[in-house]
Amino acid sequence: MNVRIPILKLRDTLIVSIQWELDDQTAIQFQEDLLTKLHETSARGVVIDLTSIDFIDSFIAKVLGDVISMSSLMGARVVITGIQPAVAITLIELGIRLEDVMTALDLENGLDKLQLELEA
Amino acid sequence: MSNQSSVEIQTEWDIVAARQLGRNVAKELGFGTVDQARITTAISELARNIYLYAGHGKIEIQRLTNNGMKGIMIIAADNGPGISDVRKVMEDGFSTSGGLGAGLPGVKRLMDEFKIDTTQGEGTDIRATKWLR
Repeated sequence: MNVRIPILKLRDTLIVSIQWELDDQTAIQFQEDLLTKLHETSARGVVIDLTSIDFIDSFIAKVLGDVISMSSLMGARVVITGIQPAVAITLIELGIRLEDVMTALDLENGLDKLQLELEA
Repeated sequence: MSNQSSVEIQTEWDIVAARQLGRNVAKELGFGTVDQARITTAISELARNIYLYAGHGKIEIQRLTNNGMKGIMIIAADNGPGISDVRKVMEDGFSTSGGLGAGLPGVKRLMDEFKIDTTQGEGTDIRATKWLR
């Protein structure tokens, strides 16, 4: 069974809220879907909200890191929001650094940050 | 005293099943959210290593009790090619698969005890334990 992650468009921004545990196929599908949507909508920014995610392993981290680099190749900026304390702790202990990634505490802050970035 | 349950690892979906089993056991044992995330992540890494390098194997989750201490042990066992240089895979930043899984030093940091037993051509047995504080 494969459930796709919904991608919403709000003005020039795409908003994604990942609501359940990601399996490999869903993660890869999301990568493709997001890039296709960027292409179709000419959105300039993306917010990926991870509030509901309670763990991230090295695979999911790699998919996220890759989709951020891919979006940047297409000229869009990505902000990751809502990383839980447990997720931040385990990512660092695991040895994963999401460097050069824009992050914000929550969706609202993420949208603000993105807006500032896009206006700059 | 211990009791255990296990998941055979053959497909990507089994990785999801293994970490769900581990998370449920960790929750039942009373681990907090951070330790639950550590345990779930460790299982995910170990299960993915089996899937990527051995093709198939098994993740066992054991509940441990020892002098009133409670804990959880993850046993990741396979009959795959084994690891030729254990010291090397335990170095940070070493991966043969371009950053997918293989994070054994990371798994060691996430857990309290970590033991690896591997023979080339015969397989690998990794045991990682977390104690409830």
